[in-house]
Amino acid sequence: MSSASRFTSILKLIEGPQTLGKGPKFWSGFTVVLLAACAYPAFADSYDVGNNVYFFNWLFMAMGLSLIWGYGGALSFGQTAFFGVAGYAYGVLTINLGDAYGLTLLSLVLAVGLSALFAAILGYFLFFGRISGVFLGIVTLSVTLVLERFMAQTAGPEWAIGKARLNGFNGMGAMPSLTIPWPGGNIVLYPDVTLYYVTLALLLVCYLGLRILVNSRFGNVIVAIRENPMRAEMLGYDVRKYQLATFVIGSALAGLSGVLYTSWGNYITPASMGMTAASLPIVWVAVGGRTDLTTTIIGTLAVLMVFQSLTIYGSQYALIVMGTLLVITVLIAPRGIVIALISPFMRRKSKLEGER
Amino acid sequence: MEFLYSLFSFFYQFGDAFAFLVLSACGLAVIFGMMGVINLAHGEFILCGAYVSTSATHMGVPLPIAIALGSLAAGIAGMIVEVVVIRPLYKRPLDTIVATWGISMIVTQGTLIVLGTTMAGSGTPFGSFTVGDYSYSIYRIVLVVMALATLAALWLMFTKTRFGILARATIQVPHVAEALGVNTNLIYSLTFGLGAALAGLAGGLYAPTMTLVPTMGAAFMVEAFVTVVVGGADIFLGTAPAAVVLGFIKASLTSWQGQLAGQIGMLIAVIIVIRILPRGISGKILKERA
Repeated sequence: MSSASRFTSILKLIEGPQTLGKGPKFWSGFTVVLLAACAYPAFADSYDVGNNVYFFNWLFMAMGLSLIWGYGGALSFGQTAFFGVAGYAYGVLTINLGDAYGLTLLSLVLAVGLSALFAAILGYFLFFGRISGVFLGIVTLSVTLVLERFMAQTAGPEWAIGKARLNGFNGMGAMPSLTIPWPGGNIVLYPDVTLYYVTLALLLVCYLGLRILVNSRFGNVIVAIRENPMRAEMLGYDVRKYQLATFVIGSALAGLSGVLYTSWGNYITPASMGMTAASLPIVWVAVGGRTDLTTTIIGTLAVLMVFQSLTIYGSQYALIVMGTLLVITVLIAPRGIVIALISPFMRRKSKLEGER
Repeated sequence: MEFLYSLFSFFYQFGDAFAFLVLSACGLAVIFGMMGVINLAHGEFILCGAYVSTSATHMGVPLPIAIALGSLAAGIAGMIVEVVVIRPLYKRPLDTIVATWGISMIVTQGTLIVLGTTMAGSGTPFGSFTVGDYSYSIYRIVLVVMALATLAALWLMFTKTRFGILARATIQVPHVAEALGVNTNLIYSLTFGLGAALAGLAGGLYAPTMTLVPTMGAAFMVEAFVTVVVGGADIFLGTAPAAVVLGFIKASLTSWQGQLAGQIGMLIAVIIVIRILPRGISGKILKERA
């Protein structure tokens, strides 16, 4: 196969059995949404635009969880552990290295790499021990809770890595934002229009990349493992390796969220790894429909906006609403509310697929 | 003499850790072992037990009765949760984790809204005694006794009572038990209620020693989780030995490096144990027996 035709065959995987949207209708809708997202800064205050990057920051973690939980069927409740590890790593690295020469970008790569390494070590023990679904959830949750408690007690001056003080429960601040080296002056990505476009581009790359991944051979295998691990194993796949790889990719995405969030707000706290923080990604992904990347993104954005507007108006009920939403989703629409809403329109197509 | 003092100190710490692990985990272990459900609202049943028993103490109820009331309240709450949320999900055990997590969020935040950020504690009863240079709380010794008594009571309940036999029959082959006239739905409700009541008991027992805040349940979760993971599905062959092993690790590390080191050490031990004994201690024992 020539390299050009290989490239097009990879591109064709952008739609396939593991992703819902397909055909001209979906892609024209997709283009409209993308154009609207691109046009948005032209119609809004740049301060608001910068603030709203907040929503994008979380989507990476949500997509990672969709990959691990929705596609891979492994309940990882501790994605915030990787978020926090990467966030803190980014803070420590950039405070020590500074923001010149594109070192913040190196810090981003190192921080995401560190969270992936952490996921690989943890995942090795979990998946090669072949523990069952429920245990995976509670072990990963325990890991993030212990990390939170560990970081919360690092208030003393002895808890410093180089120039970076960890600051215990108050959290670490004052790390530089991501900075792109550019001829004629570095571009500092403050919460502003530039950061908006950079994050949007990153999001687009990750989304399309993940679509290709889940429709590839690899993606089909992890879905097969979700559906029936024993059968997948009998067909000759090493279930453990596939699960570990999925876990590492998903966790690296959580790490990416952590770095973007830390750089966006110049701030990270232990609470970002706590019980409440850990529960929110579960709500976003479960409500949207975890078995599909697109519905995960729609659900995450919708839930985040509801949550945000509730908390902005000082309502203490935001978390209660989240909890209720989660219980109702599980009881009434176990595949996710967004998927439940669109499935009547999808019925004919999925029926055809079933016959194929 | 010095050696004996430090030996006593270690045993005290070990007993304390053991009691905490057993009491915080046994409710979770009963529900998981019997029903295969991991109850993420476990911490909130502990919260319920702690708040109810402390309120009762404030109203002048003697501590033992207050603790029993806390346990009862948590048990009733547990049965309600079972009927409303868990029962429709029996065919989807993984979803019960997510649903109970939702309940946990609702209860934690609800408690915060209704009862405020903290509740006045009732103070640790019984005072203390001195061995060597250190003083020890008598109440902690009581907690160790209570942990052992709870295990003994559970053993009697599951082996000697009619409920225990019906419960074990229901867990082994549900449809046969049902065909023989056992009301399996009732058994599931009672089992879940029992687990919640045990969580409430832990809450009531530890309430006098802790600050009462709506998020206090989370303080028990890590310990409860790791004990159940290491122990596996059987409470007597699993939870109890797991609590011994983990209590030993926790006590050693705590006396060496402090509270947090104990917790981290325990978690690392758990992750290693998973690799070696994926089905926990009880899984290992039962497999060898079979």
